[in-house]
Amino acid sequence: MTANRVSYTLDSTLETVDSAEQAASRIAAETGFEDDEITRIAMAVREAAVNAVLHGNAYDPQKKVKLEFEITGNDLVITICDQGKGLDESKIPDPLAPENLLKTSGRGIFLIRSFMDEVHIRPSQTGTEIKLVKHVRGTSADAKEASQ
Amino acid sequence: MSMKISSRQVDGVTVLDCSGRITLGEGSVILRDTVAQLLSSGQKKILLNLGDVNYIDSSGIGELVSAFTTVRKQGGELKLLNLTKKVHDLLQITKLYTVFDVKDDEAAAVKSFN
Repeated sequence: MTANRVSYTLDSTLETVDSAEQAASRIAAETGFEDDEITRIAMAVREAAVNAVLHGNAYDPQKKVKLEFEITGNDLVITICDQGKGLDESKIPDPLAPENLLKTSGRGIFLIRSFMDEVHIRPSQTGTEIKLVKHVRGTSADAKEASQ
Repeated sequence: MSMKISSRQVDGVTVLDCSGRITLGEGSVILRDTVAQLLSSGQKKILLNLGDVNYIDSSGIGELVSAFTTVRKQGGELKLLNLTKKVHDLLQITKLYTVFDVKDDEAAAVKSFN
């Protein structure tokens, strides 16, 4: 662990989901994000943790969730890894399609993508790694707006 | 803060005053059980007051959808009242805002059931 990187290895439990959300909220605040952005980041991390615990590790007590926060020069980068069978994103239906609007699940990844600047999902036979990136204010997000 | 629900009757409508978080686990289960109990006792006009709900995750959204469709399938109606900005924004981006009947005045909401 360095000064700008912290990682946790967590059990596949609902408590992990809450812990991940709380850690994200605290670190986003320390990074200097505004309240609304802190809420979005924390919710994205919560949804990713839910995926890892439920769909990835399926509450298996032998499997762990790895959560890492890193503050680079311009970004807050959050990585969540599970030890499940790997997420096939192409099989997730579009939750905004009319035929899916009244489905009771399937919105997690959509919300993550809505709340973060970049989302990279890397599935494998040994689990799924999801990397969430939020640009720190005054960097590429603002530069993009300024150029428009 | 975990979720709490208290129930009251207003002109034949069951108003559920919800507070806290509707999230995976306890919050979602409480909502599901409460709606199921109302339906089993024949109360099918349900107004879900979310004025003190400060957080909903995707599981909570799913639970709202489930409650909505379950009540409707039994010939009843479930409407939402007093959305906080966070919940309002969530329903907007998930395109559910137009699916639910959302009210911001309780008296008018109660009247709309009849």
